[in-house]
Amino acid sequence: MISRPTLSRRGLIAGGGLLLSGCDRIVRQPTIEGWVEGAAGLHRPAQRLLLGRDALAREFREADMSPTFRSNGNTEGDASWAAHAADGFARWSLRVDGLVKRPLDLPLTALKAMTQRRQITRHDCVEGWSAIGQWQGPQLEQVLAMAGLMPTARFVVFHCADKTGEDPYYESIDLVDAFHPQTILAWAMNGRELPLEHGAPLRLRVERQLGYKQAKYVMRVEVRDTLAGLYGGKGGYWEDVAGYQWYGGI
Amino acid sequence: MDEDKNFTPFKGRILREGSDAPRAPARRHRLSTRLWHWANVLVLLVMAMSGLMIFNAHPRLYWGAYGANDDPAWLEFGAWTDNAGANHGGITLLGHTVETTGIFGLSRGSDGQELALAFPGWMTLPSTYDLALARSWHLSFAWGLALGLAAYLLWSLINGHIRRDLHITLAEWSPRSIARDVVDHLRFRFHDDGYGVLQKLAYAGVLFGLLPLMIASGLALSPGMDAVAPWLLDVLGGRQSARSLHFLGLCGIVLFVVVHLAMVMASGPVNQLRGMITGWRREGGRP
Repeated sequence: MISRPTLSRRGLIAGGGLLLSGCDRIVRQPTIEGWVEGAAGLHRPAQRLLLGRDALAREFREADMSPTFRSNGNTEGDASWAAHAADGFARWSLRVDGLVKRPLDLPLTALKAMTQRRQITRHDCVEGWSAIGQWQGPQLEQVLAMAGLMPTARFVVFHCADKTGEDPYYESIDLVDAFHPQTILAWAMNGRELPLEHGAPLRLRVERQLGYKQAKYVMRVEVRDTLAGLYGGKGGYWEDVAGYQWYGGI
Repeated sequence: MDEDKNFTPFKGRILREGSDAPRAPARRHRLSTRLWHWANVLVLLVMAMSGLMIFNAHPRLYWGAYGANDDPAWLEFGAWTDNAGANHGGITLLGHTVETTGIFGLSRGSDGQELALAFPGWMTLPSTYDLALARSWHLSFAWGLALGLAAYLLWSLINGHIRRDLHITLAEWSPRSIARDVVDHLRFRFHDDGYGVLQKLAYAGVLFGLLPLMIASGLALSPGMDAVAPWLLDVLGGRQSARSLHFLGLCGIVLFVVVHLAMVMASGPVNQLRGMITGWRREGGRP
Protein backbone atom coordinates (compact mmCIF):
# COMPACT_ATOMS: atom_id res chain seq x y z
CA MET A 1 0.00 0.00 0.00
CA ILE A 2 2.81 2.38 0.83
CA SER A 3 4.76 1.79 -2.36
CA ARG A 4 1.82 2.47 -4.68
CA PRO A 5 1.63 6.23 -4.39
CA THR A 6 5.43 6.36 -4.68
CA LEU A 7 5.28 4.38 -7.89
CA SER A 8 2.53 6.49 -9.39
CA ARG A 9 4.37 9.61 -8.33
CA ARG A 10 7.45 8.35 -10.13
CA GLY A 11 5.34 7.72 -13.21
CA LEU A 12 4.01 11.23 -12.97
CA ILE A 13 7.51 12.68 -12.67
CA ALA A 14 8.72 10.68 -15.70
CA GLY A 15 5.69 11.87 -17.70
CA GLY A 16 6.26 15.41 -16.55
CA GLY A 17 9.90 15.13 -17.55
CA LEU A 18 8.94 14.17 -21.11
CA LEU A 19 6.51 17.06 -21.35
CA LEU A 20 9.19 19.31 -19.90
CA SER A 21 11.91 18.41 -22.37
CA GLY A 22 9.42 18.94 -25.22
CA CYS A 23 8.51 22.30 -23.75
CA ASP A 24 12.15 23.37 -23.40
CA ARG A 25 12.84 22.29 -26.97
CA ILE A 26 10.24 24.81 -28.10
CA VAL A 27 11.31 27.47 -25.61
CA ARG A 28 14.96 27.25 -26.65
CA GLN A 29 14.33 26.97 -30.39
CA PRO A 30 16.35 29.84 -31.95
CA THR A 31 13.56 31.10 -34.25
CA ILE A 32 11.04 31.18 -31.41
CA GLU A 33 13.60 32.71 -29.07
CA GLY A 34 14.11 35.40 -31.72
CA TRP A 35 10.38 36.19 -31.91
CA VAL A 36 10.00 36.30 -28.16
CA GLU A 37 13.03 38.54 -27.69
CA GLY A 38 11.83 40.74 -30.54
CA ALA A 39 8.40 41.15 -28.97
CA ALA A 40 9.96 41.86 -25.57
CA GLY A 41 12.12 44.47 -27.35
CA LEU A 42 8.95 46.42 -28.26
CA HIS A 43 8.95 47.77 -24.71
CA ARG A 44 11.73 50.25 -25.53
CA PRO A 45 9.93 52.08 -28.36
CA ALA A 46 6.65 51.84 -26.42
CA GLN A 47 8.15 53.32 -23.26
CA ARG A 48 10.02 55.97 -25.24
CA LEU A 49 6.73 56.97 -26.85
CA LEU A 50 5.15 57.35 -23.41
CA LEU A 51 8.19 58.65 -21.55
CA GLY A 52 9.40 61.44 -23.70
CA ARG A 53 13.01 62.31 -23.09
CA ASP A 54 12.83 63.92 -19.69
CA ALA A 55 10.23 62.13 -17.52
CA LEU A 56 11.95 61.74 -14.15
CA ALA A 57 12.36 58.66 -12.02
CA ARG A 58 10.84 59.15 -8.58
CA GLU A 59 13.11 60.80 -6.02
CA PHE A 60 12.70 60.00 -2.34
CA ARG A 61 13.32 61.65 1.03
CA GLU A 62 16.22 60.70 3.29
CA ALA A 63 13.75 58.96 5.61
CA ASP A 64 12.80 56.59 2.76
CA MET A 65 16.32 55.22 2.27
CA SER A 66 17.17 51.53 2.73
CA PRO A 67 18.92 50.90 6.09
CA THR A 68 21.48 48.80 4.19
CA PHE A 69 22.11 49.06 0.46
CA ARG A 70 22.97 45.65 -0.90
CA SER A 71 26.09 45.54 -3.08
CA ASN A 72 25.74 43.23 -6.04
CA GLY A 73 27.73 41.80 -8.90
CA ASN A 74 31.50 42.24 -8.70
CA THR A 75 32.68 43.97 -5.55
CA GLU A 76 36.19 44.89 -6.71
CA GLY A 77 38.10 45.82 -9.86
CA ASP A 78 41.22 44.40 -11.47
CA ALA A 79 44.90 44.78 -10.36
CA SER A 80 45.40 48.27 -11.78
CA TRP A 81 42.15 49.37 -10.10
CA ALA A 82 43.44 47.91 -6.81
CA ALA A 83 46.61 50.02 -7.12
CA HIS A 84 44.48 53.16 -7.59
CA ALA A 85 42.23 52.14 -4.70
CA ALA A 86 45.30 51.80 -2.46
CA ASP A 87 46.10 55.52 -2.79
CA GLY A 88 42.51 56.70 -2.72
CA PHE A 89 42.25 57.20 -6.51
CA ALA A 90 44.47 60.31 -6.18
CA ARG A 91 46.25 59.59 -9.50
CA TRP A 92 43.22 58.09 -11.25
CA SER A 93 41.38 59.85 -14.04
CA LEU A 94 38.32 59.16 -16.19
CA ARG A 95 39.09 58.79 -19.88
CA VAL A 96 36.45 60.24 -22.24
CA ASP A 97 37.06 59.39 -25.89
CA GLY A 98 35.61 57.87 -29.06
CA LEU A 99 33.45 60.08 -31.29
CA VAL A 100 34.22 63.28 -29.40
CA LYS A 101 35.92 66.49 -30.53
CA ARG A 102 38.10 66.82 -27.41
CA PRO A 103 39.13 63.59 -25.68
CA LEU A 104 39.42 64.17 -21.92
CA ASP A 105 41.18 62.80 -18.87
CA LEU A 106 39.21 63.95 -15.84
CA PRO A 107 40.67 63.38 -12.40
CA LEU A 108 38.29 62.83 -9.49
CA THR A 109 38.93 66.41 -8.29
CA ALA A 110 37.70 67.75 -11.67
CA LEU A 111 34.53 65.64 -11.50
CA LYS A 112 33.91 66.87 -7.94
CA ALA A 113 34.44 70.50 -9.02
CA MET A 114 31.73 70.35 -11.69
CA THR A 115 28.11 71.29 -10.93
CA GLN A 116 26.76 68.43 -8.84
CA ARG A 117 23.42 66.65 -8.85
CA ARG A 118 22.31 64.82 -5.72
CA GLN A 119 19.37 62.41 -5.94
CA ILE A 120 17.75 59.79 -3.73
CA THR A 121 16.47 57.10 -6.03
CA ARG A 122 15.41 53.47 -6.07
CA HIS A 123 17.79 50.90 -7.52
CA ASP A 124 15.89 47.96 -9.03
CA CYS A 125 17.78 44.75 -9.61
CA VAL A 126 16.66 42.58 -12.54
CA GLU A 127 16.28 39.79 -9.94
CA GLY A 128 13.46 41.65 -8.24
CA TRP A 129 14.85 43.40 -5.16
CA SER A 130 15.05 47.19 -4.67
CA ALA A 131 17.16 49.48 -2.53
CA ILE A 132 16.90 53.24 -2.06
CA GLY A 133 20.08 55.29 -1.80
CA GLN A 134 21.48 58.75 -2.35
CA TRP A 135 23.85 59.45 -5.23
CA GLN A 136 25.91 62.50 -6.10
CA GLY A 137 28.03 63.51 -9.07
CA PRO A 138 28.10 65.59 -12.26
CA GLN A 139 25.47 64.95 -14.91
CA LEU A 140 26.85 62.87 -17.76
CA GLU A 141 25.50 65.59 -20.07
CA GLN A 142 28.09 68.05 -18.69
CA VAL A 143 30.98 65.67 -19.30
CA LEU A 144 29.74 64.94 -22.84
CA ALA A 145 29.29 68.67 -23.51
CA MET A 146 32.90 69.33 -22.39
CA ALA A 147 34.16 66.67 -24.79
CA GLY A 148 31.81 67.70 -27.60
CA LEU A 149 30.00 64.93 -29.51
CA MET A 150 30.67 64.27 -33.19
CA PRO A 151 27.54 64.20 -35.41
CA THR A 152 27.74 60.41 -35.81
CA ALA A 153 27.57 59.75 -32.04
CA ARG A 154 24.71 57.39 -31.07
CA PHE A 155 25.77 55.42 -27.99
CA VAL A 156 27.75 56.03 -24.83
CA VAL A 157 29.73 53.02 -23.60
CA PHE A 158 31.04 52.64 -20.03
CA HIS A 159 34.18 50.53 -19.73
CA CYS A 160 34.68 49.17 -16.22
CA ALA A 161 37.56 47.88 -14.11
CA ASP A 162 35.73 44.78 -12.84
CA LYS A 163 36.04 41.44 -14.61
CA THR A 164 34.28 38.10 -14.48
CA GLY A 165 36.98 35.63 -15.42
CA GLU A 166 38.55 37.29 -18.47
CA ASP A 167 35.44 39.25 -19.45
CA PRO A 168 35.45 42.90 -18.44
CA TYR A 169 32.18 44.53 -17.39
CA TYR A 170 30.81 47.17 -19.71
CA GLU A 171 27.49 48.80 -20.37
CA SER A 172 25.99 51.23 -22.86
CA ILE A 173 23.06 53.61 -23.20
CA ASP A 174 21.66 55.68 -26.04
CA LEU A 175 21.83 59.48 -26.20
CA VAL A 176 18.28 59.94 -24.86
CA ASP A 177 19.33 58.38 -21.56
CA ALA A 178 22.84 59.88 -21.72
CA PHE A 179 21.37 63.40 -21.77
CA HIS A 180 18.64 62.68 -19.20
CA PRO A 181 18.91 65.06 -16.23
CA GLN A 182 19.10 62.21 -13.69
CA THR A 183 21.89 60.39 -15.52
CA ILE A 184 24.97 61.14 -13.43
CA LEU A 185 28.49 59.84 -12.86
CA ALA A 186 28.28 59.28 -9.11
CA TRP A 187 31.41 59.49 -6.95
CA ALA A 188 29.41 59.76 -3.69
CA MET A 189 26.77 57.50 -2.16
CA ASN A 190 24.67 58.16 0.94
CA GLY A 191 26.72 61.28 1.72
CA ARG A 192 30.14 59.57 1.60
CA GLU A 193 32.69 58.77 -1.10
CA LEU A 194 31.46 55.80 -3.13
CA PRO A 195 32.36 52.63 -1.14
CA LEU A 196 34.70 50.18 -2.92
CA GLU A 197 32.03 47.47 -3.18
CA HIS A 198 29.60 49.94 -4.78
CA GLY A 199 31.97 50.79 -7.63
CA ALA A 200 34.52 53.37 -6.43
CA PRO A 201 35.71 55.73 -7.71
CA LEU A 202 32.82 56.28 -10.15
CA ARG A 203 29.60 54.57 -11.16
CA LEU A 204 26.86 55.35 -13.63
CA ARG A 205 23.34 56.14 -12.43
CA VAL A 206 20.77 55.84 -15.22
CA GLU A 207 17.67 55.96 -13.10
CA ARG A 208 14.96 54.76 -15.49
CA GLN A 209 16.66 51.42 -16.06
CA LEU A 210 17.46 48.27 -14.08
CA GLY A 211 20.49 47.59 -11.90
CA TYR A 212 22.70 45.87 -14.46
CA LYS A 213 22.79 49.12 -16.48
CA GLN A 214 24.28 51.03 -13.48
CA ALA A 215 27.91 50.25 -14.40
CA LYS A 216 30.33 50.32 -11.44
CA TYR A 217 34.10 51.00 -11.51
CA VAL A 218 33.76 53.22 -14.62
CA MET A 219 37.24 53.87 -16.06
CA ARG A 220 36.44 55.09 -19.53
CA VAL A 221 33.49 56.67 -21.32
CA GLU A 222 33.53 55.91 -25.03
CA VAL A 223 31.17 57.55 -27.52
CA ARG A 224 30.32 55.29 -30.48
CA ASP A 225 28.10 55.13 -33.53
CA THR A 226 27.38 51.41 -33.13
CA LEU A 227 27.58 48.67 -30.50
CA ALA A 228 28.57 46.09 -33.12
CA GLY A 229 32.19 44.98 -32.94
CA LEU A 230 32.50 45.70 -29.24
CA TYR A 231 32.94 42.49 -27.19
CA GLY A 232 29.84 40.36 -27.89
CA GLY A 233 28.18 43.21 -29.77
CA LYS A 234 25.05 43.36 -27.61
CA GLY A 235 26.05 46.47 -25.70
CA GLY A 236 26.75 45.08 -22.25
CA TYR A 237 28.37 42.29 -20.24
CA TRP A 238 25.11 40.65 -19.16
CA GLU A 239 23.56 41.23 -22.57
CA ASP A 240 26.50 39.35 -24.15
CA VAL A 241 26.91 36.47 -21.70
CA ALA A 242 23.35 35.78 -20.55
CA GLY A 243 20.96 37.33 -23.08
CA TYR A 244 19.54 40.12 -20.92
CA GLN A 245 17.67 42.80 -22.88
CA TRP A 246 19.85 45.80 -23.76
CA TYR A 247 17.03 48.15 -22.77
CA GLY A 248 16.67 47.73 -19.02
CA GLY A 249 13.63 49.98 -18.58
CA ILE A 250 11.34 47.05 -17.79
CA MET B 1 -19.79 39.77 -36.04
CA ASP B 2 -22.81 38.21 -37.78
CA GLU B 3 -23.44 35.63 -35.08
CA ASP B 4 -24.51 38.40 -32.75
CA LYS B 5 -27.66 38.96 -34.76
CA ASN B 6 -30.70 37.54 -32.97
CA PHE B 7 -28.38 36.15 -30.39
CA THR B 8 -30.09 35.05 -27.19
CA PRO B 9 -27.50 33.62 -24.93
CA PHE B 10 -28.08 30.86 -22.46
CA LYS B 11 -31.58 29.97 -23.56
CA GLY B 12 -32.50 26.91 -21.65
CA ARG B 13 -33.72 25.70 -18.34
CA ILE B 14 -32.29 24.83 -14.99
CA LEU B 15 -30.64 21.48 -15.08
CA ARG B 16 -32.21 18.78 -12.95
CA GLU B 17 -31.02 15.26 -12.23
CA GLY B 18 -32.90 12.82 -14.41
CA SER B 19 -34.37 15.52 -16.56
CA ASP B 20 -35.71 14.26 -19.86
CA ALA B 21 -35.64 17.66 -21.46
CA PRO B 22 -35.24 17.86 -25.23
CA ARG B 23 -31.62 18.13 -26.32
CA ALA B 24 -31.70 20.77 -28.99
CA PRO B 25 -28.34 22.48 -29.49
CA ALA B 26 -28.10 25.96 -27.97
CA ARG B 27 -25.80 28.84 -28.67
CA ARG B 28 -23.48 29.13 -25.71
CA HIS B 29 -20.38 31.27 -26.26
CA ARG B 30 -19.62 34.02 -28.76
CA LEU B 31 -16.62 33.77 -31.05
CA SER B 32 -14.90 36.63 -29.19
CA THR B 33 -15.31 34.80 -25.88
CA ARG B 34 -14.01 31.54 -27.32
CA LEU B 35 -11.00 33.13 -28.98
CA TRP B 36 -10.10 35.05 -25.83
CA HIS B 37 -10.61 32.00 -23.64
CA TRP B 38 -8.26 29.73 -25.60
CA ALA B 39 -5.68 32.44 -26.21
CA ASN B 40 -5.65 33.02 -22.45
CA VAL B 41 -5.06 29.34 -21.74
CA LEU B 42 -1.74 29.70 -23.57
CA VAL B 43 -0.90 33.26 -22.50
CA LEU B 44 -1.66 32.74 -18.80
CA LEU B 45 0.23 29.43 -18.73
CA VAL B 46 3.33 31.06 -20.24
CA MET B 47 2.97 34.13 -18.00
CA ALA B 48 2.60 32.01 -14.85
CA MET B 49 5.44 29.60 -15.62
CA SER B 50 7.90 32.29 -16.75
CA GLY B 51 6.81 34.43 -13.80
CA LEU B 52 7.69 31.65 -11.37
CA MET B 53 11.15 31.44 -12.95
CA ILE B 54 11.56 35.19 -12.48
CA PHE B 55 10.46 34.78 -8.85
CA ASN B 56 13.15 32.09 -8.44
CA ALA B 57 15.79 34.82 -8.98
CA HIS B 58 14.81 36.46 -5.69
CA PRO B 59 12.29 34.34 -3.76
CA ARG B 60 11.48 36.94 -1.09
CA LEU B 61 8.57 39.38 -0.92
CA TYR B 62 8.33 42.70 0.89
CA TRP B 63 5.94 45.58 1.50
CA GLY B 64 6.85 49.17 0.68
CA ALA B 65 9.13 50.87 -1.84
CA TYR B 66 12.36 48.96 -1.16
CA GLY B 67 13.27 45.43 -0.08
CA ALA B 68 16.42 43.33 -0.42
CA ASN B 69 18.19 40.58 1.47
CA ASP B 70 18.78 42.59 4.64
CA ASP B 71 15.18 43.78 4.86
CA PRO B 72 12.40 41.75 6.52
CA ALA B 73 10.41 39.63 4.04
CA TRP B 74 6.81 38.58 4.70
CA LEU B 75 7.19 35.55 2.46
CA GLU B 76 10.37 33.66 1.70
CA PHE B 77 11.20 30.41 -0.07
CA GLY B 78 14.45 28.84 1.10
CA ALA B 79 16.64 25.78 1.53
CA TRP B 80 18.78 24.67 4.46
CA THR B 81 20.98 21.78 5.58
CA ASP B 82 20.33 19.99 8.89
CA ASN B 83 22.96 18.69 11.35
CA ALA B 84 22.96 15.28 9.67
CA GLY B 85 23.85 16.93 6.36
CA ALA B 86 20.45 16.42 4.69
CA ASN B 87 19.00 19.28 2.63
CA HIS B 88 15.51 20.66 3.15
CA GLY B 89 13.29 23.19 1.44
CA GLY B 90 10.59 25.34 2.96
CA ILE B 91 8.38 28.38 2.86
CA THR B 92 8.49 31.00 5.61
CA LEU B 93 5.28 33.00 5.85
CA LEU B 94 5.22 35.82 8.43
CA GLY B 95 7.97 34.08 10.40
CA HIS B 96 6.44 30.59 10.37
CA THR B 97 8.32 27.99 8.35
CA VAL B 98 6.58 25.06 6.68
CA GLU B 99 8.78 22.33 5.24
CA THR B 100 8.11 21.69 1.55
CA THR B 101 11.15 19.58 0.59
CA GLY B 102 10.81 18.13 -2.90
CA ILE B 103 8.57 20.87 -4.27
CA PHE B 104 9.24 24.38 -2.94
CA GLY B 105 12.68 25.56 -1.86
CA LEU B 106 14.43 22.30 -2.69
CA SER B 107 13.64 20.01 -5.60
CA ARG B 108 15.44 17.64 -7.95
CA GLY B 109 16.51 18.46 -11.48
CA SER B 110 15.96 16.07 -14.41
CA ASP B 111 19.32 14.43 -13.59
CA GLY B 112 18.18 13.77 -10.02
CA GLN B 113 20.45 16.37 -8.47
CA GLU B 114 19.09 18.44 -5.58
CA LEU B 115 18.52 22.07 -6.52
CA ALA B 116 17.79 24.99 -4.22
CA LEU B 117 15.01 26.62 -6.24
CA ALA B 118 11.87 28.32 -4.96
CA PHE B 119 9.71 26.70 -7.65
CA PRO B 120 10.79 23.37 -9.19
CA GLY B 121 11.77 23.09 -12.87
CA TRP B 122 8.54 21.37 -13.90
CA MET B 123 6.60 24.49 -12.90
CA THR B 124 8.83 27.04 -14.62
CA LEU B 125 9.62 28.27 -18.11
CA PRO B 126 12.32 27.47 -19.04
CA SER B 127 12.74 24.44 -16.79
CA THR B 128 16.35 25.24 -15.83
CA TYR B 129 17.39 28.53 -14.27
CA ASP B 130 17.48 31.29 -16.91
CA LEU B 131 16.23 34.67 -15.72
CA ALA B 132 16.94 36.47 -19.01
CA LEU B 133 14.99 34.00 -21.15
CA ALA B 134 12.12 33.83 -18.67
CA ARG B 135 11.92 37.64 -18.76
CA SER B 136 11.82 37.69 -22.55
CA TRP B 137 8.90 35.22 -22.55
CA HIS B 138 7.12 37.01 -19.73
CA LEU B 139 7.52 40.48 -21.22
CA SER B 140 6.57 39.44 -24.76
CA PHE B 141 3.46 37.48 -23.71
CA ALA B 142 2.50 40.41 -21.48
CA TRP B 143 1.60 42.27 -24.68
CA GLY B 144 -0.81 39.46 -25.54
CA LEU B 145 -2.38 39.53 -22.09
CA ALA B 146 -2.80 43.31 -21.92
CA LEU B 147 -3.90 43.93 -25.53
CA GLY B 148 -6.11 40.82 -25.46
CA LEU B 149 -7.84 41.93 -22.27
CA ALA B 150 -8.33 45.47 -23.58
CA ALA B 151 -9.78 44.22 -26.89
CA TYR B 152 -12.03 41.68 -25.17
CA LEU B 153 -13.39 44.19 -22.64
CA LEU B 154 -14.05 46.73 -25.39
CA TRP B 155 -15.77 44.19 -27.63
CA SER B 156 -17.77 42.78 -24.71
CA LEU B 157 -18.97 46.29 -23.94
CA ILE B 158 -20.00 46.85 -27.55
CA ASN B 159 -21.71 43.49 -28.12
CA GLY B 160 -23.51 43.55 -24.79
CA HIS B 161 -21.75 40.56 -23.19
CA ILE B 162 -20.97 42.56 -20.07
CA ARG B 163 -24.46 44.04 -19.71
CA ARG B 164 -26.34 40.87 -20.59
CA ASP B 165 -24.25 38.09 -19.08
CA LEU B 166 -21.91 39.52 -16.47
CA HIS B 167 -23.94 42.36 -14.97
CA ILE B 168 -25.09 41.37 -11.49
CA THR B 169 -28.62 42.64 -10.91
CA LEU B 170 -29.79 44.15 -7.65
CA ALA B 171 -31.93 41.06 -7.01
CA GLU B 172 -28.88 38.82 -7.47
CA TRP B 173 -26.92 40.78 -4.87
CA SER B 174 -29.48 39.86 -2.19
CA PRO B 175 -28.15 37.49 0.48
CA ARG B 176 -30.98 35.07 -0.29
CA SER B 177 -30.05 34.81 -3.95
CA ILE B 178 -26.38 34.34 -3.11
CA ALA B 179 -27.21 31.74 -0.44
CA ARG B 180 -29.42 29.87 -2.92
CA ASP B 181 -26.58 29.78 -5.45
CA VAL B 182 -24.16 28.50 -2.80
CA VAL B 183 -26.62 25.72 -1.87
CA ASP B 184 -27.12 24.88 -5.57
CA HIS B 185 -23.37 24.55 -6.00
CA LEU B 186 -23.06 22.34 -2.92
CA ARG B 187 -25.76 20.08 -4.37
CA PHE B 188 -23.98 20.04 -7.73
CA ARG B 189 -26.95 21.66 -9.40
CA PHE B 190 -25.76 24.02 -12.09
CA HIS B 191 -27.55 26.72 -13.99
CA ASP B 192 -28.11 26.32 -17.65
CA ASP B 193 -29.99 29.60 -17.99
CA GLY B 194 -27.17 32.06 -17.85
CA TYR B 195 -24.47 32.55 -15.30
CA GLY B 196 -25.35 32.23 -11.62
CA VAL B 197 -24.42 35.02 -9.24
CA LEU B 198 -21.30 33.20 -7.95
CA GLN B 199 -20.21 32.52 -11.52
CA LYS B 200 -20.70 36.17 -12.43
CA LEU B 201 -18.72 37.24 -9.36
CA ALA B 202 -15.87 34.90 -10.31
CA TYR B 203 -15.72 35.97 -13.96
CA ALA B 204 -16.18 39.67 -13.22
CA GLY B 205 -13.59 39.40 -10.44
CA VAL B 206 -11.03 38.04 -12.88
CA LEU B 207 -11.96 40.38 -15.77
CA PHE B 208 -12.24 43.61 -13.82
CA GLY B 209 -10.15 42.77 -10.74
CA LEU B 210 -7.38 40.21 -10.99
CA LEU B 211 -6.23 40.67 -14.59
CA PRO B 212 -6.10 44.50 -14.41
CA LEU B 213 -4.26 44.13 -11.08
CA MET B 214 -1.71 41.83 -12.70
CA ILE B 215 -1.14 44.29 -15.54
CA ALA B 216 -0.92 47.34 -13.26
CA SER B 217 1.35 45.67 -10.69
CA GLY B 218 3.50 44.23 -13.48
CA LEU B 219 3.93 47.65 -15.07
CA ALA B 220 4.81 49.15 -11.67
CA LEU B 221 7.84 46.82 -11.55
CA SER B 222 9.28 48.58 -14.59
CA PRO B 223 11.53 51.54 -13.67
CA GLY B 224 10.68 53.14 -17.02
CA MET B 225 6.92 52.87 -16.43
CA ASP B 226 7.38 54.27 -12.92
CA ALA B 227 8.78 57.42 -14.52
CA VAL B 228 5.83 57.52 -16.97
CA ALA B 229 3.18 56.87 -14.32
CA PRO B 230 4.45 57.49 -10.78
CA TRP B 231 0.84 57.29 -9.55
CA LEU B 232 1.04 53.52 -10.10
CA LEU B 233 3.46 53.40 -7.16
CA ASP B 234 1.16 55.52 -5.01
CA VAL B 235 -1.86 53.35 -5.77
CA LEU B 236 -0.01 50.07 -5.15
CA GLY B 237 2.09 51.21 -2.18
CA GLY B 238 5.58 51.13 -3.71
CA ARG B 239 7.48 48.82 -6.05
CA GLN B 240 8.02 45.99 -3.59
CA SER B 241 4.35 46.10 -2.56
CA ALA B 242 3.50 45.91 -6.27
CA ARG B 243 5.73 42.83 -6.54
CA SER B 244 3.95 41.23 -3.57
CA LEU B 245 0.54 42.05 -5.09
CA HIS B 246 1.70 40.64 -8.43
CA PHE B 247 2.48 37.36 -6.66
CA LEU B 248 -0.78 37.34 -4.68
CA GLY B 249 -2.67 38.11 -7.90
CA LEU B 250 -1.11 35.00 -9.43
CA CYS B 251 -2.30 32.98 -6.42
CA GLY B 252 -5.80 34.37 -7.09
CA ILE B 253 -5.66 33.38 -10.75
CA VAL B 254 -4.42 29.88 -9.90
CA LEU B 255 -7.30 29.53 -7.40
CA PHE B 256 -9.76 30.70 -10.07
CA VAL B 257 -8.41 28.20 -12.62
CA VAL B 258 -8.59 25.32 -10.12
CA VAL B 259 -12.20 26.12 -9.17
CA HIS B 260 -13.10 26.79 -12.82
CA LEU B 261 -11.74 23.39 -13.91
CA ALA B 262 -13.48 21.66 -10.99
CA MET B 263 -16.79 23.28 -11.99
CA VAL B 264 -16.30 22.24 -15.63
CA MET B 265 -15.64 18.67 -14.50
CA ALA B 266 -18.67 18.69 -12.21
CA SER B 267 -21.10 20.20 -14.72
CA GLY B 268 -20.40 17.95 -17.70
CA PRO B 269 -16.94 18.52 -19.16
CA VAL B 270 -17.72 17.22 -22.67
CA ASN B 271 -20.67 19.54 -23.15
CA GLN B 272 -18.79 22.47 -21.59
CA LEU B 273 -15.77 21.89 -23.83
CA ARG B 274 -18.02 21.61 -26.87
CA GLY B 275 -19.58 24.92 -25.89
CA MET B 276 -16.24 26.67 -25.55
CA ILE B 277 -14.83 25.20 -28.78
CA THR B 278 -17.79 25.26 -31.20
CA GLY B 279 -19.94 27.83 -29.46
CA TRP B 280 -22.83 25.38 -29.37
CA ARG B 281 -23.81 22.91 -26.75
CA ARG B 282 -26.64 20.57 -25.95
CA GLU B 283 -29.43 22.12 -24.08
CA GLY B 284 -31.17 20.88 -21.00
CA GLY B 285 -29.23 17.77 -20.16
CA ARG B 286 -25.91 16.21 -19.40
CA PRO B 287 -23.92 15.10 -22.42
